[in-house]
Amino acid sequence: MNNFNFSSKFRFANIFSIILFIISLLLIGFKGLNYGIDFKGGTLIELRSLNIKASEIRDILKNMNLGDVNVKKFGKDGDFLIKVEQTGDNNKLIPEIKKKLSDNLNSEINFRRVENVGPKVSSELLQSGIIAISLSLAAMLFYIWVRFEWQFSIGSIIALFHDVLITLGIFSFLSLEINLSIIAAVLTIVGYSMNDTVVIYDRIRENLNKYHRLNITDIANLSINETLARTIITSVTTLLALFSIFILGGEILRGFSFAMILGVFIGTYSSIFVAAPILKYFKVSYKTLEKEKEKILP
Amino acid sequence: MLNFSKINILIIYLIFFFISIFSILNFQDKDKQIINKKINLGLDLQGGSYLLLEINSDSLVEEKIQSKVIPIKKMLKENEISYNNFKINKTTLSFDIDNIDKFDLLFTARKDNLINPYIDTYRSYELEYSNIGNNRIEIFFSKFGLLTINNSALKQSIEIVRRRIDDVGTKEPTILQRGEKRILVELPGLKDPERIKALLGKTAQLNFRLVKDNTEFGTEELISDNGEKLNVSKRIVMSGENLIDAQPSIQNQNNEPTVSFTLDRLGSQKFGRTTTDNVGERLAIVLDGEIVSAPNINEPITSGNGMISGNFTFQEATDLALLLRSGALPTPLLVVEERTVGPDLGEDSIKSGITSLIIGFILVILFMLFKYKIFGLIANTALIANLLMLTGVLTILEATLTLPGIAGIILTVGMAVDANVLIFERIREELKTEKSIIHAFDSGYTRAKITVLDANITTLIAAIILFAFGSGPVKGFAITLGIGIVTTLFTAYFLARHLTSIIVLNNKKEEIKI
Repeated sequence: MNNFNFSSKFRFANIFSIILFIISLLLIGFKGLNYGIDFKGGTLIELRSLNIKASEIRDILKNMNLGDVNVKKFGKDGDFLIKVEQTGDNNKLIPEIKKKLSDNLNSEINFRRVENVGPKVSSELLQSGIIAISLSLAAMLFYIWVRFEWQFSIGSIIALFHDVLITLGIFSFLSLEINLSIIAAVLTIVGYSMNDTVVIYDRIRENLNKYHRLNITDIANLSINETLARTIITSVTTLLALFSIFILGGEILRGFSFAMILGVFIGTYSSIFVAAPILKYFKVSYKTLEKEKEKILP
Repeated sequence: MLNFSKINILIIYLIFFFISIFSILNFQDKDKQIINKKINLGLDLQGGSYLLLEINSDSLVEEKIQSKVIPIKKMLKENEISYNNFKINKTTLSFDIDNIDKFDLLFTARKDNLINPYIDTYRSYELEYSNIGNNRIEIFFSKFGLLTINNSALKQSIEIVRRRIDDVGTKEPTILQRGEKRILVELPGLKDPERIKALLGKTAQLNFRLVKDNTEFGTEELISDNGEKLNVSKRIVMSGENLIDAQPSIQNQNNEPTVSFTLDRLGSQKFGRTTTDNVGERLAIVLDGEIVSAPNINEPITSGNGMISGNFTFQEATDLALLLRSGALPTPLLVVEERTVGPDLGEDSIKSGITSLIIGFILVILFMLFKYKIFGLIANTALIANLLMLTGVLTILEATLTLPGIAGIILTVGMAVDANVLIFERIREELKTEKSIIHAFDSGYTRAKITVLDANITTLIAAIILFAFGSGPVKGFAITLGIGIVTTLFTAYFLARHLTSIIVLNNKKEEIKI
């Protein structure tokens, strides 16, 4: 096994993480997140029509009093995505927009997707998304607390917070859309990052019992090295699958797979550079484990 | 860990075959199947419409409270309680009263009183009152009274939505109650939901009222289809409830599409009496507050059959007939969420989903072969078995596969090898210190077991929460991810371990490379 001295990088990594964390917090706080219609309400129309330009669609919709209208190309040539802020009465609004477009564009239009979310539903969806993420963090906290000691559980949760916040921070920085599938991605990142952390923690626990003389930083370093091959291989296979979705899975899955790819990188990083070194601050040693030794043995 | 008894091996492979055999069902035609099970495609893959409708019972509450006015006044008079200043607000009634105690006795004393009935299921009266000072009381619906109104309106709405959708004839619609105020409608394969939305958006309250010449008391001005303003009596001659059938038809004289209707006995009597008494007058046919037409009554109509004309196209006549047949909705329905996917986008999604699944799968398989050689082959066999079992379980559950669900499968492919990677890496470590190869493999499996479990349970927790809170397509993702974890654990820990044991136990060489 190649031995890399991770512990020498811990301090630098900690500062780096804290800076990223703060920047993400500021971005989310001041720039905000670019919520899609799932969470903001509004109407989305995906259409396919050859030989037209986005500006034509924009011009047609301009004088319909629809509030903020956003038209952009979407994937292939001739595919467009229209987002309308106005929620209004679905029953009247959507047929009107469709009719207006069909009447004014000199080209056949195929309406491929129509989504409309009312203001009440969108705020409920946002609420349940936030509850879901919080609940999953709480469930992880509890699980690790049961399986390990509280120090580990706090450490892993800090790492998870770090992952979720920085992923959202990057989404805010790039103004990428947050929709239901991004929430799914964030939850999966939580699962994945936890998975990575648990593997390292398991090894730390084992090594704490084995080498009473080593301090926690050395134990962390040793454990990370011992599990490094696995960490890398699993990241690689997961990334292979994710890049396959990102490149070939079509426009609808692009945001989701991008979030997941980010999450795998951040989650892997945080397991090594956040979750493991943080145990030092809780003064974890082999003595920490002694109270509940029965948990460790299979 | 490497010793399997014959019975264990038998059980492991039986479970594997029993579950994965179900995946074959997806390649059979439904009518040729022995067991009728298949993975359903979500609306995002097969195309179709998802609509979330919301009832608004506010107007109903207003109507109901108004219907209490006359009975309450009557009750007060009969019991010689004098009242003053009777006011009807939107959802409340208020008045001054001289004897509150007596009123209280009447209002809530008897459970079978007609004005304020007792609702047994909730142990509450329908109405409540409060003393707002100076002997003035206010009457309003109790919490459970409102709930009862809401629930019955919702039930009735679901019934009528179902009738209307069935009447249009879409295939396999799903109509479900969601929460206290909402109805979920899923219409697979529907290309354009606008017609159904238009049909569901009309309450279709039909009534027949006489047209009056002057603006006397008890009339209101309504505008007809062709812009004509008419004074129409508020008194309803007959309403849509009395219709037993309505069909579109073509009027022979001028080929105009019309709707002909048949009335029940009560309706025929009412209609007959009014048309007899008012020959020469005009009768307005009012639908949702708009006059459809206002024909002259040329002769008494006592047969119980009638006809509505109103410059319809044939489609409009068909839809109106459908609406009248299905009955009126108790409240207007609002579409609060819509997700419609066209069939060609669905097909594209399936194509790109499957392509990325295959490519992702091949990449992972090649990587594992490259990394672990013969043991990579084992991990890959486990992976294929994993996919077969995953499809098998999805089939048994008749789960709904969505585009994010396919992403979940791909992710499972990427993450499933993790269990084997953990084990193989552990064995590599053990091989360094342990002389006996068999012992090294054995303790590798034993030691990795806890880690594998811990690592997968965390992802499983995420999947379960996602399933509980996710909606539609996202739920599909949670399902495949969650089931994927379980099948991963099974294949890694039983199938792959057994295959490994075959290789290790038959190994004659001094060394073994992993």
